[in-house]
Amino acid sequence: MASAVKPDTTDVGSLRERCVTGIEGLDNILGGGIPRGNLVLVAGSVGTGKTTLCLEFLVRGAEKGERTLFLSVTEASAKLIENLSTFEFFRQELVSSGGLVFVDVPLIYDRLGLNHEELTVEEIDLLLKAFLDLAKEVGAHRVIIDSLTSVCYRIRRDERIRDFMLKLSQGLTLLGCTTLLVSEIGQSAGRYSLHGVEEAIVDGVILLGNARRQGDILRILQVVKMRGTSHSRAQYVMELTPIGLLMAPHLKGGRQET
Amino acid sequence: MAPDDEIGERLRQLAGGSAVAIRLNPREYADDYFAVLNATLRDVGSETNAHTIYVSVTNPASLVWSLAQALDVDPTRLSFVDAISHIMMNYRDPLPNATYVESPRMLEDIMLRIEYLLRKHPSPRQILVIDSVNSLAIHNPQDLLSEFFHILVNNLKSRQVLTVLLVVSEDTGSELNQMLGLVVDESIEVVRGRQ
Repeated sequence: MASAVKPDTTDVGSLRERCVTGIEGLDNILGGGIPRGNLVLVAGSVGTGKTTLCLEFLVRGAEKGERTLFLSVTEASAKLIENLSTFEFFRQELVSSGGLVFVDVPLIYDRLGLNHEELTVEEIDLLLKAFLDLAKEVGAHRVIIDSLTSVCYRIRRDERIRDFMLKLSQGLTLLGCTTLLVSEIGQSAGRYSLHGVEEAIVDGVILLGNARRQGDILRILQVVKMRGTSHSRAQYVMELTPIGLLMAPHLKGGRQET
Repeated sequence: MAPDDEIGERLRQLAGGSAVAIRLNPREYADDYFAVLNATLRDVGSETNAHTIYVSVTNPASLVWSLAQALDVDPTRLSFVDAISHIMMNYRDPLPNATYVESPRMLEDIMLRIEYLLRKHPSPRQILVIDSVNSLAIHNPQDLLSEFFHILVNNLKSRQVLTVLLVVSEDTGSELNQMLGLVVDESIEVVRGRQ
């Protein structure tokens, strides 16, 4: 089911076509948006705003007429949709009209009979095909997998994760999807994904975290990597508000960091 | 001319996007403070149909709000960023027109709450009051505060927001004064006794 709606893009001269995220601060950092078709890791520990950022990315797309798909592994879709009502710009009709499509991945596991704790090569291929078929059927311009960590947990072996990621990237790019993959990492992980393989395959890494100032905690966003665009690598402080994510520069006050 | 009339007149003469420091005398603090509230919130705010965002670091928003009510300030035209109630453990009855920052050290959060309120209350004229520079200086190192004011005031200037910074004159060190000299367009001394 292909959508007739032209996705919201910005063609910046000879640069790659952009998927304008609609999150103003992030679009500014990225010089206009995520290069269309990129597969981007949104990495962070618990409570850093990964899912909220992804949800706003989808809703902003849907309200401009783009088709969007949320593949939820860890949280029930109904709960996610309920959480969307905290956004003042969210309208329920975006869901009822099919602009925002939520799918519970555990249901896909059940339907495909993927009951082994560690998926076989054949099962991984089945899962991959299911994801790509869904994106195609929805006509998705924007896709979220929340979380990639949970999916990779069942793939386990690095070489299989690499293969899965490469095929996922190729498939979604071919469909014209700009994709955010949620990666759950510890507070001091030193890397951006569970196995370390995922971050090598993706086109971009957006790192969310916490910064401490004399005991107070600030939410931080940093674009570590983004193929196809020049971008700021500075840290920004992020606030989750009913009108969406707001960002401000992280003040350094002349501090020298090592 | 009464101090509040004088402050009001000076503020009215300022172009949109100006930044002004109002210097209060610590020996006349209560009277000066009331005069500033009267001038900014009631006189200038009401006359120009402005929306005022009041950043309270010295007194909790609830106290400033009760003073504003005594001045008959239109409640729909006043919002607060309260950065002091949390650390004073005084957060039991939050005001509906206030947003609360956990600590005056979270300067970026103060910036973001201001941004939020500016977007929530679009108005042809917007005023931001920070009460006060001295209170922020108690909780933050000088270089961090300078960076904060530099970014905030320049951002507000570009958006034509009138920025009013309250300063207690004699408690302000030379470095802080130097920083204020760089970010404000004008300085108003509250003077009493002139007729």
